[in-house]
Amino acid sequence: MMHKRFPAYLQDIQDDVEGHARAFGLDFFPILYEVLDYKTMNEVAAYGGFPTRYPHWRFGMDYEQLSKSYEWGMSKIYEMVINTNPAYAYLLEGNSTVDQKTVMAHVCGHVDFFKHNYFFSKTNRKMIDGMANHASLVRRHMERQGQDVVEDFIDTCLSLENLIDPMSAFIVRSRGKGEGEDGEDGEVPRLRAKQYMDNFINPPEYLEAQRKKKEEEKKKQRKRFPEEPQRDILLWLIQHAPLETWQRNVLEIVRDEAYYFVPQAMTKIMNEGWATYWHSKILTEKALDASEIIDYADACSGILATSPGRLNPYKLGVELFRNIEDRWNRGRFGKEWEECDSMDAKRDWDRRLGLGQRKLFEVRKLYNDVTFLDEFFTLEFCLEQKFYSFGFSERSGNWEIMSREFKKVKETMLRQLTNRGQPFIYVEDGNFENRSELLLRHQHEGVDLDLAQARDTLRNLYKVWTRPVSLLTRVEGKGKLLRCDDSSITEKSADYPA
Amino acid sequence: MSQKIDLDHGRFRQIIRGKIKQNLRKYISQGEMIARKGKDTVSVPLPQVDIPHFKHGGKQQGGVGQGKGDVGDPLGQGQDGDEPGAGQAGDRPGEHLVEIEVSLQELAEILGEELELPRIEPKGAAKIVSFKDKYTGIRTTGPESLRHFRRTYRQAMRRQISMGTYDPKNPVIIPIRDDKRYRSWRSEPLPQSNAVIIYMMDVSGSMGDEQKEIVRIESFWIDTWLRSQYHGIESRYIIHDAMAKEVDRDTFFRTRESGGTMISSAYKLCAKMIEDEYAPDQWNIYPFHFSDGDNWSVDDTVTCVELLKTKVLPACNLFAYGQVESPYGSGQFIKDLREHFDEDERVVTSEIKGKDAIMDSIKDFLGKGR
Repeated sequence: MMHKRFPAYLQDIQDDVEGHARAFGLDFFPILYEVLDYKTMNEVAAYGGFPTRYPHWRFGMDYEQLSKSYEWGMSKIYEMVINTNPAYAYLLEGNSTVDQKTVMAHVCGHVDFFKHNYFFSKTNRKMIDGMANHASLVRRHMERQGQDVVEDFIDTCLSLENLIDPMSAFIVRSRGKGEGEDGEDGEVPRLRAKQYMDNFINPPEYLEAQRKKKEEEKKKQRKRFPEEPQRDILLWLIQHAPLETWQRNVLEIVRDEAYYFVPQAMTKIMNEGWATYWHSKILTEKALDASEIIDYADACSGILATSPGRLNPYKLGVELFRNIEDRWNRGRFGKEWEECDSMDAKRDWDRRLGLGQRKLFEVRKLYNDVTFLDEFFTLEFCLEQKFYSFGFSERSGNWEIMSREFKKVKETMLRQLTNRGQPFIYVEDGNFENRSELLLRHQHEGVDLDLAQARDTLRNLYKVWTRPVSLLTRVEGKGKLLRCDDSSITEKSADYPA
Repeated sequence: MSQKIDLDHGRFRQIIRGKIKQNLRKYISQGEMIARKGKDTVSVPLPQVDIPHFKHGGKQQGGVGQGKGDVGDPLGQGQDGDEPGAGQAGDRPGEHLVEIEVSLQELAEILGEELELPRIEPKGAAKIVSFKDKYTGIRTTGPESLRHFRRTYRQAMRRQISMGTYDPKNPVIIPIRDDKRYRSWRSEPLPQSNAVIIYMMDVSGSMGDEQKEIVRIESFWIDTWLRSQYHGIESRYIIHDAMAKEVDRDTFFRTRESGGTMISSAYKLCAKMIEDEYAPDQWNIYPFHFSDGDNWSVDDTVTCVELLKTKVLPACNLFAYGQVESPYGSGQFIKDLREHFDEDERVVTSEIKGKDAIMDSIKDFLGKGR
């Protein structure tokens, strides 16, 4: 990366903006800015904000797409900041002063969010080093094993990178559950009987049979592997797949990086909303000159523009934060508010509580996108912001607006965000059919899997597991078992337990 | 400035090339897949570039949007990438295709490698049309007018420093004869080879849309290949039924006329064109003729053969005849040509049975390296 001296006028802006941000109560890691030309900007963006990543063609692909869309004037990266301590942020060379001011205020919001949001609390804040270490490890593997081999294996791993458990970092694992918790070992309950009747009421043959049956069941239970379905499939593979050392290491690297990016994906709307809320507040209330207001508004309208069929996280996030602030300022919450059904009373409802700011900071600390929308996306907000749900109409062959009904809209939105929009896939059985095959189960939540992709992904899983891999899913309401062995895929119908 | 990403990017392009090569037959037989973009590039949809994941299928999923519109209104095409930092949430379910831009030059190379096409040795390449002088280096002798001032003084300074006669407080530098440096040049020959492709197509009633599509696809690839071999190539288009006329490219692929077929009319026009405009010793001439082979009469076929022998063949590098199979079957003409010119390696004939045969036919035409 180029190390240019950070220009003095930008340093002044930074000091000014950060001063205002602190006065508003934002609290962030130290921020280090770098000014980049657009080529380097695209490079860094392709690397996910990091200066160094392991060698892989996918970054080249992203770079090409970013460069193309920049050259055609379709998009331009304004702002980029990574979650590290100190936080690194990038400014585009040649942007106007107003833009740079806006970006800096925006970045303050992001870094405050990184520092305080609960879902970021477990991330590695030295990830720049982490990524660089990964890069040099992968390079070393490539030198030893050959570039093509390692690259192929990375492709395989990346295909599985979403098979992780986003909440994994927060689960308190209760290991070492006591053996024989379920009643005394092998003891068959007897009916009460007088001694001389015992042999008739509790016949020894029956008792024996019962005891055997129970033992059998227990054996089965114990043989289940894993004992409970596992969501962190990558971890499962690292622990149990027959991998070579370098392969295991590559898989660990891919998993590690996937987990690093999880909080970003989980809080996209909140994070952007929070940053937008603050750049807007800092700039319009403090940092802008009168002469800059038009340019600022112009840039802002671009960021907040909505287009059909697309949810703009900046827009949704900032509007929802403002809505929350307003509601808590005026006391529009709680049992009384919920139960009031007089529209007149609701319209003029103002308890002058002034709790808005406090609530905002609380929300930014404790919520993620799903809980944020679940709790604060209200009927009033939905109507005011003109939300609709859309879907594909078989009849017209178009994507069209399906409904403006609050329930439908909210349901669609939450479904889209749950598990970052990814399907739930579990390791069900690591010794399927008692042939050390792998069985995965897709927990169907109303949307079928993309089967073409699922087949390709299964092939990749097979490469890692090296034994046949099956996936149980539901397609058009019917259970289906996809099985991949030796790169051929068979499909048959199967029971899909609801 | 070179960047770290260049390595990854290069790797990506390499993979793209491999994929295109793998799927070349498919691209060739389904001409509509490759869309021209701008002057020198095409965009190619590549299916399996992106990494597969377990993910939800598109059409059941739907999503949430914001703004005006009534229930049932279509959304129209969502614009991609007009939003800073386009997010995960709310992305329209997209197709699993990546559009990749490839330059025509690159496409020609891929075609050449896959079909193992030999490079064409242009006629009269030895004939050098012009020289161009290029300053390429520095030498110690030369005319004073070409003395390189800075290099001369630098040399002098270097000498003075090493001899210890340089005084930083009084930095006087006096070059002596040995210090003098002169620009040197090289005359580079600019071989100029001119080439013209004359496309001829039968547009009689029996040539349907499918046949024309085949001709269109095939001439696109021929064009691409020949363009990669010659700088500055001209294309001319002739259509004929019972009469021949010259048309522009657009008309060439669109016209549908009915009527009989007199192939000689096209050859006459072609011969005239060559005679008037393309002197055979200056030009590499490539007539390509596509027809369904149903010529009007045996007499006309005789005229054709005569025309080819006396006028067209002596002038051209390669005469290619592609016979497209029409719903009315394949005609006699190809057999006649083969009978007369079997020994002549300037003539290539190829039967194109359908879209899948285009690739082989291209190989037939261009495989000779003429």
